[in-house]
Amino acid sequence: MALEIQNVSKTYMMGTEAVHALQSVSLSIEENEYIAIMGPSGSGKSTMMNVLGCLDTPTSGEYYLEGEDVSKMNDDQLAEIRNQKIGFVFQTFNLIPRATVFHNVELPLVYSGTPPAERILMANDAIERVGLTDRATHKPTELSGGQRQRAAIARALVNKPTIILADEPTGNLDSVTGREIMAILDGLHKAGNTIILVTHEQEIAEHAHRIVKLRDGQVESDVRPNRVGRNADVVLN
Amino acid sequence: MQIWEAFKMALSAIRANKLRSFLTLIGIISGVASIIAVMTGISVIQKTIEKEMSVLGTRTFQVQKFAAGGPTSEEEQRKIMKRKVVTVAQADAIREKVKTVDLVGSELWDFGYKAKYKNISTNSNLTICGGTPEYPENNTHYVRLGRNLSHEDVKVGRKVVVLGHAVAEELFPFTDPIEKRIKVDGRRYKVIGVFEEKKSAFGAGFDNYCLIPVTVFQRTYGRFNKQGRERSVNVTVRAKSAELLQDAIEETRMVMRFERNVKPGEEDDFTVFSNDSMIKSFNDVTAGVKAGAFLIGLIALIVAGIGIMNIMLVSVTERTREIGIRKSLGAKRRSILTQFLLEAIVLCNIGGVVGVLAGFGLGNVVSILTGFANAVPLEWAVGGLVFCTIVGLIFGMWPAVVASRLDPIEALRYE
Repeated sequence: MALEIQNVSKTYMMGTEAVHALQSVSLSIEENEYIAIMGPSGSGKSTMMNVLGCLDTPTSGEYYLEGEDVSKMNDDQLAEIRNQKIGFVFQTFNLIPRATVFHNVELPLVYSGTPPAERILMANDAIERVGLTDRATHKPTELSGGQRQRAAIARALVNKPTIILADEPTGNLDSVTGREIMAILDGLHKAGNTIILVTHEQEIAEHAHRIVKLRDGQVESDVRPNRVGRNADVVLN
Repeated sequence: MQIWEAFKMALSAIRANKLRSFLTLIGIISGVASIIAVMTGISVIQKTIEKEMSVLGTRTFQVQKFAAGGPTSEEEQRKIMKRKVVTVAQADAIREKVKTVDLVGSELWDFGYKAKYKNISTNSNLTICGGTPEYPENNTHYVRLGRNLSHEDVKVGRKVVVLGHAVAEELFPFTDPIEKRIKVDGRRYKVIGVFEEKKSAFGAGFDNYCLIPVTVFQRTYGRFNKQGRERSVNVTVRAKSAELLQDAIEETRMVMRFERNVKPGEEDDFTVFSNDSMIKSFNDVTAGVKAGAFLIGLIALIVAGIGIMNIMLVSVTERTREIGIRKSLGAKRRSILTQFLLEAIVLCNIGGVVGVLAGFGLGNVVSILTGFANAVPLEWAVGGLVFCTIVGLIFGMWPAVVASRLDPIEALRYE
């Protein structure tokens, strides 16, 4: 089991009104699973991602990540979990603009205290896996959208995390580039990574082998269709 | 995260905003530069003055009626005027009774005379010193040519004179002055020697004078000076060794008090000073200037520090998203805190280094303009940088704490 959440609720205060973003959600994700979390805006999708990504802690309920209860951890403990076990891929790439691709990719290793020599090897390795070796010394502003997202994926990979959490990874890309990025994620899954895809696009979600749909802070459906991608393509077209 | 990584991050952030960093630094630079410039300027003057004030040898002190370096108040002035004069007899008493001294000289001074050789005459600004053979040793002003006064000269009252460098140059531009007969204040003297040149950074130098035996001075000019006041002898005393200087001063004071009938409990009615005590009183004066300059610089640095804090707060707001990214990648609070704190400290120290260099430059302009020896007070440079670090630490702390406490989700969402 890669991760498991049990009866997780998250309540925000919006002014004086309490917003129940997640209501007693339970979900478990196996190692090397490829799962998509879908839902319209306001469904609790973002909150789910924040909780799964250890950026936020649930108001109630438990969250076990590789058997470790992370739901009660403090800021610094969560930071360490994010550093060691989670790789983020964001819609807006979130690269540091004044740093080169190499330095962006290297950053998680800096925060984990990896020695410099080792860092260079690991960062270059991750950059090579996404095919950006010839762009390693470029700054993000000198790259295309697809290249930026590849750099972000390299950064997500570099610390060899338990899960890769991709939040609308193709949202800012054209469809051709989007397919390239999805191909890379598919490849990572084949190579053994656990991938959680948060998206509202059916076409993107169908790359996953399991689709969880949220609505109003609750799980609406959790399906594991056989070769979901192929069949859906036929249906949609 | 290692400090070196945070340091690299700080440098890269400062480089990314060159103009803004520079504008922020102007405050720090001017604050540090003003402190360092004043301190350097004072050091330059101080170094020169210490040299100038070393008229007495390192183991010599002087006993006189008047205060060294002038009175500090009118009240003190009146008190000093009422003091009894110091006499040659008292100098003899010191020579006899104080065992820790080896040379005791007496000097009487008067100003505004004229010397003449054949048809060449000096201005009426010549100083005459009636002295004893101890004069050159005790004043570290030695005879370059011919000979010094002898005890014989003083005892017999020979009308001989040792000329200051400037006087000798003026009266004898082309000839050897030794054994020549000149007139000082209309009286005939034989030149027996010439003093070496004593350069001074302050104006003319101490060369425009001549030395005659103290007995001749007394016989010629009498007990009273032109203002009708009784002449007072300056007694120069040399301790047997530098280590014995303080003992010698104390013993001399005791002898003087006894000779002058100073009752126990009353303060001395004479002044004893050495080079050290003169330099010390000069330093007391400059201490005020230093404190003032330090205070002004301090205020400038505090203002600059507030500027740093302001710009760091702007920087934190601007880089909210960056902070969010770093946190999502596993940066702990302390890492973010270190990064922003170090950025403020590095910024301050860049300003500090530039300020120190500018201050040294400005301060040494004094030395270039006046021809004084230049000075580089390194302790103030180190102090300046330490202070910049403290300013960075204090004023960078709040922005860094704000940065470290940002919520990663909010920060990532920040546009």
